Amino acid sequence: MKYASEFRDPKAARAVLARIATVADQIGATREKPVHIMEICGGHTHAIFRYGLDKLVHEGVEFIHGPGCPVCVLPMARVDECVEIAKRPEVIFTTFGDAMRVPGTKKSLMQAKADGADIRMVYSPLDALELARRNPGREVVFFGLGFETTTPSTALAIQQAACESLSNFSVFCNHITVPEPIKALLDDPHMVLDGFIGPGHVSMVIGIHPYDFIAQDYGKPIVVAGFEPLDLLQSVLMVLEQIRDGRAEVENQYSRVVPEHGNPVSITAMADVYEKRPSFEWRGLGEIDASGLRIRAAYAAYDAEEKFGVGYAAGPRHVPEPEGCACGQVMTGRIKPTACPQFGKGCTPEMPLGALMVSSEGACAAYWQYGGARATEAAE
Amino acid sequence: MNDMSKPTRLRDTRVTLSHGGGGRAMRDLIDEIFTAAFHPPGMEDQARLSDAALAAPGARLAMTTDSFVVTPLEFPGGDIGKLAVCGTVNDLAVGGAKPLWLSAAFIIEEGCEIALLRRVVASMVAEAEKAGVSIVTGDTKVVGRGAADGVFITTTGVGVIPPGRNLEAGMIRPGDVAIVNGVLGDHGATILAARGDLALSTDIQSDCQGLGHLMEAVIAAAPDTRAARDATRGGLASALNEMAEATGVGIVIDEDALPLRDEVKGMCEILGLDPLYLANEGTLVVFVPEAQAPQALAAMQARPEGRGAVAIGRAVEAHEGQVRMRTAFGGTRIVDMLVGEQLPRIC
Repeated sequence: MKYASEFRDPKAARAVLARIATVADQIGATREKPVHIMEICGGHTHAIFRYGLDKLVHEGVEFIHGPGCPVCVLPMARVDECVEIAKRPEVIFTTFGDAMRVPGTKKSLMQAKADGADIRMVYSPLDALELARRNPGREVVFFGLGFETTTPSTALAIQQAACESLSNFSVFCNHITVPEPIKALLDDPHMVLDGFIGPGHVSMVIGIHPYDFIAQDYGKPIVVAGFEPLDLLQSVLMVLEQIRDGRAEVENQYSRVVPEHGNPVSITAMADVYEKRPSFEWRGLGEIDASGLRIRAAYAAYDAEEKFGVGYAAGPRHVPEPEGCACGQVMTGRIKPTACPQFGKGCTPEMPLGALMVSSEGACAAYWQYGGARATEAAE
Repeated sequence: MNDMSKPTRLRDTRVTLSHGGGGRAMRDLIDEIFTAAFHPPGMEDQARLSDAALAAPGARLAMTTDSFVVTPLEFPGGDIGKLAVCGTVNDLAVGGAKPLWLSAAFIIEEGCEIALLRRVVASMVAEAEKAGVSIVTGDTKVVGRGAADGVFITTTGVGVIPPGRNLEAGMIRPGDVAIVNGVLGDHGATILAARGDLALSTDIQSDCQGLGHLMEAVIAAAPDTRAARDATRGGLASALNEMAEATGVGIVIDEDALPLRDEVKGMCEILGLDPLYLANEGTLVVFVPEAQAPQALAAMQARPEGRGAVAIGRAVEAHEGQVRMRTAFGGTRIVDMLVGEQLPRIC
């Protein structure tokens, strides 16, 4: 972990914080007129709170927590469909751990498991594939979930299943993409964002150019960033410097990991297995054009939607958000989590009402867990 | 201990329902596996105990019970039997009691290997001897395949609290120093790795160990020791939160001071888990007055169970009932109770 500790050096951080303060002052940023920087990814949100970066940066810099937690933005209808598939007696339903607690309209996968559904936690789609090999008499379904970070490994599992002609393995595909929701946010007339911090691990797969439109069409800076506190602070500085200099570019702070053009093997596998859905529903944001992936017809035998006649294969099904839920406004930077009337009252990590409280990487859950709500008055 | 020279009547290799049926097979199982191993020999269903310690003026009896379920049953650094003894002994020890007697109740799944049972019992015996306790009574039930997961063990412990000793979370005062006896999260990390679901190989071993002697050493060195907790399920974070809540003071810990192995930190980074919430099975957190902290620390470091002892923070007057952490990065954050169990994140 020495490699990581170098990016957690408080002394180096103080130097970057001082430079952030200088540039923020040059821009004229104040609490009344802050620079709104959106970190798109839930992992970044988590790191910001874990290290208390929101309290360390200049008062004129405000973090807006984006939609980048795939567990949080999973619509309730899709969770209901998971439960529906998992309840079938022949099915072994496999999922990543943090999807277990996401509430559907009636129950979560955790509750469905307690009711008797055979639901198992796996760490990779390849574990699900292995289960299918070992249980030829059962139908093993993998809950494919996540952004471009997890999408290639699901594609590889499907390719492998096809290669082995495994007939009892399928994927309930809920993979989503990062660029489209950013475009949707930028098209929102109420949008108050001045710049973006892009998720480094997504760019590790897709490279940095899918974000060109943010700089070119919308004139906003974006910096692709790593996940250590110094990565994040340096990225904030790079965004501020672009704003100060009147530039709007895609910059790569995480160049030690992110190749400009991404990972060609992953990109090829994804293109082979998936195609864009015309639109996909995001919890808290609604339908977003071309933001979700589905399995191509050539691999229909491995598509759980086709196999079990659920999801978009059965026609789109929308479940309205719970009343009073303000996730959409939090994600577009219009309000802070604490300004939501349900925060900490009708909506807590134990009983999440809205998307952003669902997973620990959601903005509201991070606020709650790390005391954004309760500790501000007593910050030491 | 089991006398291997005696001819064995128990010839099965696996437990069947007949071993729980109350007949000859059950008698053989109990005689050969349990009674022969636990002290005193010829253990009866109802232990009749006599001990001078109980009669000391002002002494109080302490009693605790706990059920142990773990997958896998054997793991690096321990097994369910060792856990069942250490867990109950430690519950007594952190309450200031000298552990004396244990009961052990087994729920065994049909099909369980007899050889595994023998190993588990041998490990219980060894651990009980180390802790200075006797397993004086027990119970055996066999349930059908699928109704249990291998073996479940419930142990109940009885101990004696010497006169004048009063260890309670409510005794903690602002300024008191929090000390842990060694590295955190090893048990939780070991179990995660031992389940084999992760493509991670590690050399981490469970910290499963009895803490009775260590507690006595701490109290001898720091007679005004305020309170202690065994940081098991829910990890250090949960133990500290319970203490802060019970006493009403705030607790501040330093991230830099927390003893964590690089392997545990690395595993947590990969899986998105927080080591503060990982389970321990031989980890003590103790609060002592500041003036006695150096002696308490030295006494712990002098024992094998406390070699890695270190002060991690202190009780404070501010933010009552809450646990805060000064992060290595220079910020401060709340360390809250865990919601549900920690689940590995997807990316």
